[in-house]
Amino acid sequence: MFRKNYPLLTISSEIELPYNYSLGKYGGRLVTELKQNGRIVGIKCPKCDHVYVPPRRVCGRCFIEMDEFVEVSNRGILQSFTVVYFSFLDPETGKKRPVPYGYGRIKLDGADSEFLHFLEESDFKKLKIGVTVEAVYNENRVGSFKDIKYFKKVEDGDPS
Amino acid sequence: MGRRVAIVGTGQTYHKSSRKDVNGVELIQEATSRALEDAGLTRKDIDAVVIGNMDHFEGINYVDTWSVDGNGGLYKPVMKVTTGGTTGTTVAIAGYYHVASGLFDTVLAIGWEKNSESDTTAAIITCSDPYWERPTFGGAVAGLAGTACEYMYKYGITERDAALVAVRDRKNALKNPYAHLRKQITVEEVLVSPMLAYPIKLLDICPRTDGACAVIFASEDKAKKIADKPAWIHQVSSRHNYTFLTDIERSGRMPTLYEACMEVYKNAGIRDPLHELDVVEMYTPSSFAGLVWIDALGVCDEGEAVRLVSDGVTEMSGEFPINPSGGVISTNCIGATGLIRVAEAAMQVSGKAGEHQIEGAKLALATGFGGCFWSDVLLIGSPRPN
Amino acid sequence: MERVAIIGIGQTKYEREKKGETVSDLVFEAATKALDDAKIGIEDIDNVVTVSNDFWDGRTISSMAVTDACGSYGKNVSTVEDDGTFGAFYGLMRVLSGSFRSTLVVAHCKGSEGSNHLITNAIFNPIYERAIGLDSISSSALQARRYMEKYGITEEQCALVSVKNHKNAKDNPFSQIATDISVEDVMNSKMLSDPIKLLDSSPISDGACAIILAEERMTKKVTTRPVWVKGIGHSTDAYNLGDRDLAEPDALTRAAKKAYEMAGIQDPFREIDVAEIYDAFSYQELLWSEGLGFCERGMGGRLIESGKTTKKGMLPINPSGGVLSAHPVLVAGLARIAEISIQLRGEGSGRQVDGAKIGLAHGINGACGQAHCVWILEN
Repeated sequence: MFRKNYPLLTISSEIELPYNYSLGKYGGRLVTELKQNGRIVGIKCPKCDHVYVPPRRVCGRCFIEMDEFVEVSNRGILQSFTVVYFSFLDPETGKKRPVPYGYGRIKLDGADSEFLHFLEESDFKKLKIGVTVEAVYNENRVGSFKDIKYFKKVEDGDPS
Repeated sequence: MGRRVAIVGTGQTYHKSSRKDVNGVELIQEATSRALEDAGLTRKDIDAVVIGNMDHFEGINYVDTWSVDGNGGLYKPVMKVTTGGTTGTTVAIAGYYHVASGLFDTVLAIGWEKNSESDTTAAIITCSDPYWERPTFGGAVAGLAGTACEYMYKYGITERDAALVAVRDRKNALKNPYAHLRKQITVEEVLVSPMLAYPIKLLDICPRTDGACAVIFASEDKAKKIADKPAWIHQVSSRHNYTFLTDIERSGRMPTLYEACMEVYKNAGIRDPLHELDVVEMYTPSSFAGLVWIDALGVCDEGEAVRLVSDGVTEMSGEFPINPSGGVISTNCIGATGLIRVAEAAMQVSGKAGEHQIEGAKLALATGFGGCFWSDVLLIGSPRPN
Repeated sequence: MERVAIIGIGQTKYEREKKGETVSDLVFEAATKALDDAKIGIEDIDNVVTVSNDFWDGRTISSMAVTDACGSYGKNVSTVEDDGTFGAFYGLMRVLSGSFRSTLVVAHCKGSEGSNHLITNAIFNPIYERAIGLDSISSSALQARRYMEKYGITEEQCALVSVKNHKNAKDNPFSQIATDISVEDVMNSKMLSDPIKLLDSSPISDGACAIILAEERMTKKVTTRPVWVKGIGHSTDAYNLGDRDLAEPDALTRAAKKAYEMAGIQDPFREIDVAEIYDAFSYQELLWSEGLGFCERGMGGRLIESGKTTKKGMLPINPSGGVLSAHPVLVAGLARIAEISIQLRGEGSGRQVDGAKIGLAHGINGACGQAHCVWILEN
């Protein structure tokens, strides 16, 4: 069928596909709280009392609308973590995400769901499930998830 | 369960990290042709097509209409279903319901992916909440790393324990001509391979693969005519419970897989899956998941999976063989991955698995994993279901 | 086919931009309204089919965003990435299989969040077609031009569709663009891609729609106003635009033939009382009318001129205002099914078609109506 070997080619495209995602009323409230008051709010299910962070409209388990916002702590217990060493294209920026970086699932005091955020520590040997971590805020807060810089380990004796 | 439905043919492409010799449509056509050939059918015999993949891996919108030349669906009903990693099993379940509805007799189900055509991690990251999760989330590898870390902490499991899973699957892959990675590895090699996201190393995780799989579902009347030994669908179940990665209940067994398995066992009357199931094709994206998911199959106490693996129970020669095909750790063309589990399970109970055949396999479980820790399960067997 | 009915419907209002709500909020609203409409609770639903598209949502595994909001926790669930008519078809199959009593089908889209041009450009062949800049508008312009040339359809005839549908929309509380316009207004509106002008085109929309399908026994238990599914068909045309005669909607004719056979319909124009068809552009209502057999091929222009498709005509088409009056992609087909259900229940208020007993709902997929799905419903 092919009398000579043609090269196998690929064509590349660098499409930028921009979106404006709505944060909605519930997410918007948390962002505003982060910026103005340096605090984290969740939302409580009227049926099962589960407190979700970030707040959202529906409790999936109960399929019920939630409207009771509750403040949760800036401190919590590290439920799990990883330190990422491989680099990849960050869809947020279109550039390679800097590595290594640590992030974890944190159960904030007063919340039932976990909260995903960066960890100060990026050496996995120094991280341990079950330790207490605390949110460290940026000095200039702009109204963003990243107003919290990261969560850092709370050493014994740190005032809460 | 409604009308009886059976798998009467399966086809896979040769899976590689990059299939530059074909475009996506030609890749799909390759798997479709093999499935038709396996069943002894032609395009004319197909009443409807179901296809699935993940859009952002190739950047093609409306894949069902785009691939019509390769999927054989010209002037036929074609539908796309997509649920992330579970896409392949979701496609299979949709193929089943197409026939079970009584509206179609012979249905072609296709899963495919050309992972070489984009940055897989970048594409997967966009599955998470754009505001709350994307900035931190490091894709499938990092998400699975978090689970692995937690499992190690909870049950005192070591990286060495997990490596056994990768070694087993890669050994099995040597017997599967379609597998992508066909080279024996050792526990030591797994342990010293580059750290990707603690505690997951390069040889703990599935590869990125170009490939496609096609499976033909048929009604009882047709199945009896087409196949000597149809692979009957006994049960199907799905649980896609979560929106946020942080909402998953982490206290017990992997919840969606456990729930789906329990539903399937209950409806099929299975009481002792460890002894009643002959083989499992499990969607095992990482070596650690290969332990965590065993707990969720309900075949051992929580945290005991490592014992089954280290005792050789899950080897091809063992009592409860897992992934004789080499599994996902050897081949991972994401939209096809779940469907390959189904195809392999069907091949086992039809006695068509060749070198990696489990002798006398009658009842097989195929699982899918994806999305936000979601699961699909199919129970497939050679005896006709009641 | 065993008897399956639509027992509940729910829609959000369709708007240009619903900035205060996430897709999850929209899905919850539509799903809750459908359950309330059926007077049942989520516990009465035993499986769910969601409809979403990763490109439109800007999210891989777009269904993940709505898992909580669609009520599928602990239930069997799946996701169709096609128009809502296809998603509902899968929901129907799941009930017909005997495995489930009821399927909740919910579709969402926020056209406001992404770029229509880039998202629909991604439908086309990445190697040969995308660089030309094809998108939903310019590809449809090719189809419109071909259709007009082949059959002598005029721009004014197409404009009549916009005039009729935007007027109909005035009686539909869910519609987005409800207004009295004239053929001149359409003709003088901004040229987007010759021959398609701004007022020939559907808008960008946000919204969600849900329906509940149930088996006969459950239907009879919960509702006195069921809408029965009588026939259904879908079919797919060739992908490459050059492989099709864009003036001939052959896949639609095949889909319709199957649906009519199932429903026992021989003369669709006379037997069907009301139709909601996917008019993403004004010319499409004419072309799809031909494909559906409402008139001969090439006679779509005469059909609209005859007035027979107005609200008081022999076969009213798009009394809701159609897709031209609100176009949340994917949702739009499900909204056609919802509107026909409203009509067959006699709940259309100002837009009610008197004595409607048999209705047709239609959805499309891919470029220039490459795939079609046709539903025949009866009260």
